[in-house]
Amino acid sequence: MGLALLAIIWLITFVSTYFFAAKTWWLPHGASTSTVWIDHQFALTYVLMGIVFVAAQGALGLFVWQYRDQGKASKVTYSHGNTTMEVLWTALTAILFIGLNLMGSPIWASERFAPADPGSVPVEVTGMQFAWYFRYPGSDGKFGRTDPKLMDPSAGNEAALGLDTADPASKDDVVTGTMYLPVNRQVDLTLRAVDVIHSFFVPQMRFKQDAVPGLAIHMHFTPTEVGEYEIACAELCGLGHYKMHGMLHVVSQEDFDKWLATREAEKQ
Amino acid sequence: MATFSSPVSIDVPSTGQGGGGVRPPAYGGGGDGRGDGFPDYGQRLRRVRLGLAIGLTSVTMIFVSLTSAYVVRRGLPTLDERTNAYVRDWIPVDLPIALLLVNTALLLASSVTAELARRQITRQAALAPVRSIPGVSLGEDKGFPWLATTVVLGGAFLTGQWMAWHELADRGFYMATSASSSFVYLLTATHAVHLMGGILVLLYAAAVSLLNRPVEARRIVVDVTAWYWHFMFLLWLYIFGLVWFVR
Amino acid sequence: MATTATIHSHAPQGFIRKYIFSLDHKVIGLQYYFLALVAVFVGMFLSLLMRIHMVWPTAVLPLVGEIKPETYLSLLTMHGTIMVFFVLTTAPQGGFGNYFLPIQIGAPDMAFPVLNMLSFWTTFVAFVVILAAFFVTGGAPLHGWTGYAPLSALTNSGPGEQLGADLWITSIAIFCIASLMGALNFITTTLDLRAKGMTMMRMPLTVWAWFITAILGLLAFGVLLSAGILLLLDRNLGTSFYVPLVVVNGQVMGHKGGSPLLWQHLFWFFGHPEVYIAILPGMGVASQLLSTFSRKPIFGYKAMVYAIMAIGFLGFMVWGHHMFMSGMSPYTAFAFSLMTMAIGVPSAIKTFNWLGTIHGGRVRFQTPMLYAIGFVSLFVSGGLSGPFLAQPVLDIPLHDTAFVVGHFHLIMGVAAIFGMFAGTYYWFPKMFGRMMNETWGRVHFFITLVGTYSIFMPMHYLGMAGQPRRYSQFTELAYLQQLMPLNRFITYAAIVTISAQVIFVINLFWSMFKGPKASDNPWESTTLEWTTATPPPHDNFGGRTPVVNHGPYEYSVPGAPRDYVMQTDPATVASH
Repeated sequence: MGLALLAIIWLITFVSTYFFAAKTWWLPHGASTSTVWIDHQFALTYVLMGIVFVAAQGALGLFVWQYRDQGKASKVTYSHGNTTMEVLWTALTAILFIGLNLMGSPIWASERFAPADPGSVPVEVTGMQFAWYFRYPGSDGKFGRTDPKLMDPSAGNEAALGLDTADPASKDDVVTGTMYLPVNRQVDLTLRAVDVIHSFFVPQMRFKQDAVPGLAIHMHFTPTEVGEYEIACAELCGLGHYKMHGMLHVVSQEDFDKWLATREAEKQ
Repeated sequence: MATFSSPVSIDVPSTGQGGGGVRPPAYGGGGDGRGDGFPDYGQRLRRVRLGLAIGLTSVTMIFVSLTSAYVVRRGLPTLDERTNAYVRDWIPVDLPIALLLVNTALLLASSVTAELARRQITRQAALAPVRSIPGVSLGEDKGFPWLATTVVLGGAFLTGQWMAWHELADRGFYMATSASSSFVYLLTATHAVHLMGGILVLLYAAAVSLLNRPVEARRIVVDVTAWYWHFMFLLWLYIFGLVWFVR
Repeated sequence: MATTATIHSHAPQGFIRKYIFSLDHKVIGLQYYFLALVAVFVGMFLSLLMRIHMVWPTAVLPLVGEIKPETYLSLLTMHGTIMVFFVLTTAPQGGFGNYFLPIQIGAPDMAFPVLNMLSFWTTFVAFVVILAAFFVTGGAPLHGWTGYAPLSALTNSGPGEQLGADLWITSIAIFCIASLMGALNFITTTLDLRAKGMTMMRMPLTVWAWFITAILGLLAFGVLLSAGILLLLDRNLGTSFYVPLVVVNGQVMGHKGGSPLLWQHLFWFFGHPEVYIAILPGMGVASQLLSTFSRKPIFGYKAMVYAIMAIGFLGFMVWGHHMFMSGMSPYTAFAFSLMTMAIGVPSAIKTFNWLGTIHGGRVRFQTPMLYAIGFVSLFVSGGLSGPFLAQPVLDIPLHDTAFVVGHFHLIMGVAAIFGMFAGTYYWFPKMFGRMMNETWGRVHFFITLVGTYSIFMPMHYLGMAGQPRRYSQFTELAYLQQLMPLNRFITYAAIVTISAQVIFVINLFWSMFKGPKASDNPWESTTLEWTTATPPPHDNFGGRTPVVNHGPYEYSVPGAPRDYVMQTDPATVASH
């Protein structure tokens, strides 16, 4: 029985570790500036935790077999513990866990403590049951006023956001259901939600942030590769949560300007 | 009846305690000199008081969480969709202070009478062993109905709270009028519910006095309820202070 | 109140007083246990339906037909709520704790037997209320066991969010009251009813676990109760505690100024201690069993006690780690993450000490021990994914993905359940006077161990690949299609593992009537429940009062006549 336990525990450990090490299913290819630091911190954590995992499970499996009751051959060491060992492994664990945390903190700080760079692309992302809308402020650089009373989701885009056309700043606002961003330029996101909490999640940008009703949350990231990236909703928002997705197109600055100009022209 | 078997006899009384720490009280044995056969009411009282203290911790946590919600909500700006700016929308409630002060006085009085009821029954319980000595008579000491008075005053407090709610409504502050008014109703109603619980227990204690229970047992009920009642008074002072001074 | 009745020494007569409204903590403990057993099968059935729907969304199933997305979400909500409250908070504490806490400290019953009886029946009422949510118009709510506002606070945010949601909140509120009553009883009993010689530092680790768990419950459930009341008010009386100005489907709702984050703070202030409430009793059982079946004292008893206290204390300071992505201040997030890493330390201490207990021992492999060993393995696995989530920057890709689901299921959904299995096999002889079948116990253990690892370990890979949680199906996102084979594997594993639980139930009930008769101390264990008759008499010790002379885990003491010294053995028997 001791041997069976050792075998099973070690097998489970081996299989689990194998799939982690082989990266059979892994973080998707990252295409933002934060990818490097996040993936590095992730790798560090997983290597260290992996070592602890293998060591702990290995020891468990080994001990239950090694110290199995073998009748007269087994001798028990009567002991209530070992204070030195306790202190030692407590200290090491504390250093490991807290050290790991502190190592990740500068990344968090740079992502979240500082506001967006000047010159970043302003985009307002609004989540509602069950679609994402993206608003660009146009040439005046200002977002026009929205009015809850004017919201009509069935009409889509501007009407869904309740854009108040009486406000001059609204005239050049572009509202789309697809997000376009220029590559290698930081985007200054304003996240909003109209009804319940949603969450704007772009796995390949290593970006996630809840969109909360009653708040306008400012966040930023910088895409580094041209491509198409899926957006998922990452906070339960109702029956359509699974299909509340969008698409982010990262294009060259030129293409972005062209796209925006086309959208603005359509509004006339 | 299940048999008791053990490889080693277990009730050899050891004179030494072996190992430090708190020694808990043993069972049985009356603390009042009446010998075995009577339950240890002193121990029961301490145990029920301990239970009350622990229970009141959870009541405290309810009001701690409501307070934290209150303070946070009061300071929290919300996004005004139209102007895209954050604005605070806390409206101070126009509290009917005079009425609330009267209610406070009623509750204070009820706390006094509750304490007098508690001391009254404590004396009665202390004298109980004397009464059981044949030939001794202490006379029929009914005493002032402090317990009943407490119930009446408690009821008066609750009636006054009810009137205060009506006054608030007259002044335009309903449950959903503003966050501040919601909290005022919620805090006072939660307190009132707990006080009502206390009144029900007092009524039970009064009813129990009509049934022929031993006075020591009745004393435990009245004692613990009186402490609960004092806590309810202090809680009221706290709530009143919160909604008045942190407006 | 229970005060006027002293701890009764006369057994009650009549079926109703003996089995329905019993004041005997042993009967009440069994009532809690069987309530949890019913609840866990309801919960497992719900999860089976969920897993099938996730990989075959258009499947038409017998009994339930086709599952719509909103139905999936109500299954999910009820699965979480029933499992967390009516299984994990009920069986380990209300079940085993009620039965064995008084006996293990040498008391004839709980401090307040009437309160104990009331706390069970209140829990029962709460269970009936939550089941009722399935049967009302609109059905059960779809907002998840975490019930985030405004989704849970608006009656038009989705199907099930009307009466079903109100019943859900009401059931939880009733459950809070029941738990507070129970916590009061456990704490008073542990502080005031210990037998002579049973100092705090001689209490078994199971008692320490139940005691600290009760303190956590005492401080946390009141907050949940407040949160729930505010939610009911927002839903029904138009208040705006949690709901700002919102527009649902073009309709401007009447709320203004509320904060969705307020719900999250209140809920998780309760919610985090709650998960420790779910696991601490299992840790206590693991410690007890590893020591007994290794024939060695627990390694570092004092450290284990301090670790339980530290986990309990720190458990109240980490709730914000559920909210890193919520819009909370990033500075606050940093503070919470530091505290969260800190709480990993006492958990690690316990794991080292469990390994240290087995090391140098003389291990016996009866079924209770298998589950205790399984518990350690699962706790390590589930625990080590914690440091990923505890770092806000890593929480960015992992929050609200299957990674989190794998993490908490390995600990709550498996390790804690293994703690309950371990407790069942270990204490069954004492409760029912018979032994459970060893062979079928082993079969159940191995299938369940491999099965649960097969279900929940792959979820970590899915989460890293970006699979969000609470999705009723994965047909809409292209990047999820390559994950479907793994999802199907998990579903197959779930079908097998859930089916295998029937073995446990059959073993349980068959053994109750037909199992081989048990001696008073079949495991040669040292704690007080093993000194008394099987099953214990009404007042637990047959009129005698135990006197304790030894610590709880005196195994293989040099110079002692046997390899175990009962806690009540005379002081002259050699021990620490």
